[in-house]
Amino acid sequence: MSGKTLYDKLWDAHVVDTETDGSSLIYIDRHLVHEVTSPQAFEGLRLAGRSLWRPECNLAVADHNVPTTARQFGIPDPIARLQVETLDNNCIEFGITEFTMADPRQGIVHVIGPEQGATLPGMTVVCGDSHTSTHGASGALAFGIGTSEVEHVLATQCLWQKKAKNLLVRVNNRLPLGVSAKDLVLAIIGHIGTAGGTGYTIEFAGSAIEALSMEERMTICNMAIEAGARAGLCAVDEVTINYYQGRPYSPKGKQWELAVQYWRGLHSDADAVFDKVIEIDAACLKPQVTWGTSPELVIAIDETIPDPNAESDNTKRQSMVRALDYMGLNAGQALTDIVVDKVFIGSCTNSRIEDLRAAAQVAKGRKVAENIKVALIVPGSGLVKQQAEAEGLDEVFRAAGFEWREPGCSMCLAMNADRLAEGERCASTSNRKF
Amino acid sequence: MQAFTVLNGLVAPLDRANVDTDAIIPKQFLKSIKRSGFGPFLFDEWRYLDRGEPDMECSGRPVNPQFVLNQPDYQGAEVLLTRENFGCGSSREHAPWALADYGFRAIIAPSFADIFYNNCFKNGLLPICLEATVVSQLFAELTAGYRLIIDLAAQTVTTPQGRVLAFEVDANRKYRLLNGLDDIGLTLQCADKIRAYERQQANKTPWLFMS
Repeated sequence: MSGKTLYDKLWDAHVVDTETDGSSLIYIDRHLVHEVTSPQAFEGLRLAGRSLWRPECNLAVADHNVPTTARQFGIPDPIARLQVETLDNNCIEFGITEFTMADPRQGIVHVIGPEQGATLPGMTVVCGDSHTSTHGASGALAFGIGTSEVEHVLATQCLWQKKAKNLLVRVNNRLPLGVSAKDLVLAIIGHIGTAGGTGYTIEFAGSAIEALSMEERMTICNMAIEAGARAGLCAVDEVTINYYQGRPYSPKGKQWELAVQYWRGLHSDADAVFDKVIEIDAACLKPQVTWGTSPELVIAIDETIPDPNAESDNTKRQSMVRALDYMGLNAGQALTDIVVDKVFIGSCTNSRIEDLRAAAQVAKGRKVAENIKVALIVPGSGLVKQQAEAEGLDEVFRAAGFEWREPGCSMCLAMNADRLAEGERCASTSNRKF
Repeated sequence: MQAFTVLNGLVAPLDRANVDTDAIIPKQFLKSIKRSGFGPFLFDEWRYLDRGEPDMECSGRPVNPQFVLNQPDYQGAEVLLTRENFGCGSSREHAPWALADYGFRAIIAPSFADIFYNNCFKNGLLPICLEATVVSQLFAELTAGYRLIIDLAAQTVTTPQGRVLAFEVDANRKYRLLNGLDDIGLTLQCADKIRAYERQQANKTPWLFMS
C-alpha cells in the first residue's frame, strides 16, 4: 500500500463517520467567525432553539466591514454598524470569545488566527470566508464555508464533506531576488487557471516552498482558492514549529512537546501518490501583475497585454475582451506604461509584518507619485500595526505620502468606505479581482 | 428548506465563464443581517444602469435592456444556463440566496466553484454539471420559450426534443434535497458518534481539548 499525502493524514484524523456514498462527517477543531457571514447562522440557531456544541472552539472578530480611519467615532454607516453590533451581541449571547474593534488583537481573521496561535498545525479550521485556505500554511486543513455550514459547525462542531483529490504543486529551485511568494502563487494560477484546482486540495512543496517563511507560505495558501482549490497546504517543518512557539493560544509546557511530536508527522509520505502533479521552476519566475478582472489574467512585469485574437477558446477570448474594456486597456500595451490612480497594500494576502517591511524598504526615501490620488497601507491586525510602528515603518510610509490605516479587509472587498470610483485603476496587493 | 423533485423550467442563458459571486450579488448587499430579500439585487451591476444600495426600492430603477434577465423572453426563468467556474470568488451564501430568491431552482454549467456548489444544496437550489460540449449544444439550441425538465430522483435533464442528459450528484446531497431536510437535525442524530470521537481525540491530541 502506498503512503499517505498530508491531506490524507489530516482527513483521516478528523473523520467522525462516513456515509455509503463516501461523504464523511468531519470534526472541526477551530471555527473563525466574522460579522458578514455569521448573523444569519446565529439567527438560525435562535429560531431552532439550538446551542453551541463547543463554544471554546470558536473565535470571532469583525474585519470585513470595519472602518480603517477614525475608529473612535464608531462606524458611520448605520447598516454596517448594525452588522458589527450584531456580531458583538451574538458572541455575548452564545459565549464566544471576540476581539472587538477596540481590542489591539483585532484584525483580519486570517491574519489573527496564526498570529494568536489559534489556528495550529494538524487542526481542521473553517470560517465563512473563502480565504480560510490561508491557515493551511501551518499544515492545517483549512477551508471556507457558507453561512449554512457556519450554523452547522456552531451547532455540531462537524461538517459533511466529500474528500477532495490530491494535487501536488512542486516548486523547484529558489525564487530569484525581488520575486515574492505572491508572484509565485500568481504564476501558478496563470499556469493552471482559476478552475485548475477545483475539486482538489493543493499541497505546495519543493525547495522553493521549504525556503519560505510562514508568512510567505500563508500568502501562497491564501490564494489556493483563486486557483479553484478550497484548501492549500504546506508540510510542517522547523519553520512552522518555530513560528508557533510561544504564541498566546499555542500549547504550553508538556502539551507543547506532545504537539510538536505529533506535528512532525504532518508531511506527505515519500511514497504518497497524488492524483495530479505540477512542477514549477521558481528560478525562472519574474514579478507578476494581473491586468484584468480575473486572477488568471496574469503576466510577468516585462510582458505586454495579450491580444484576445490570439486566444483560440471563444469563451476565454470574450472574457479577455470584456476585461480589456473594463480596465480601459489595449492589447500590446506594456504593463510598465499603465498609469494607476490608487495604491492599496493590505488584505489577508499581504498585510503581515514581512509584507509591510518589504513595502517600507521600497518606500524609504521615495515619494508616492503625484498622480496617485490615494496610497493606503492597511495592516492585517492591531498587533502587526504595533510592531510596524515599533520599527518606525509608519513614519517611512507617512514620509513617502502613504496613509497609515487601522486594520481590516478594506479595499480588497470594499464593503467599508475604502473603494475605487468607476474607471479607476489600483495597484493592489489583494488576492482577487472584483 | 424547499424540496427539489421534478422541475419543468424556463431557461435563461448567461453566456459568460467565471461568473463570480460579486457579480451575482455585489459586496454592498452583504451588510444585511437577513437571508431573504436579495432577489431584486441579483446580478445588480449587470441588471441595472445605476448603482444599487441595500434596502433600495428596485421597481423604479433604470434597467439594462441588454441584460438577459431583463428581456421579455426570459421572464419567470427557473433554470440558469451558464459557463465554467460559475460562483467563484468568495464563500458568500448570499449568492445562492439571491438566485433562489429571484426564482431560480437549478443552474446548469460545465463546472462550479466548490464552495458555491456546496452552498446551493443548502438552499433548495440544484447545481448541475454537464460536459462543456453538451452545455454549448444547449446554448446553441436555446430559443424563446426553451424549457428543460429536470428530474432529481432520476438524475436527468430532458430537452424539448426529448434528449435525455444524465448528471451526477452525491447520494447524500440528493437525499437531503429531494426531501428538503435540515442538515443540522440529521447530524445531531450522530451526537453519540461525535462525543466518542472527541473522547478518542482528547487522548491523541490533548492540547486541542484543554479548555
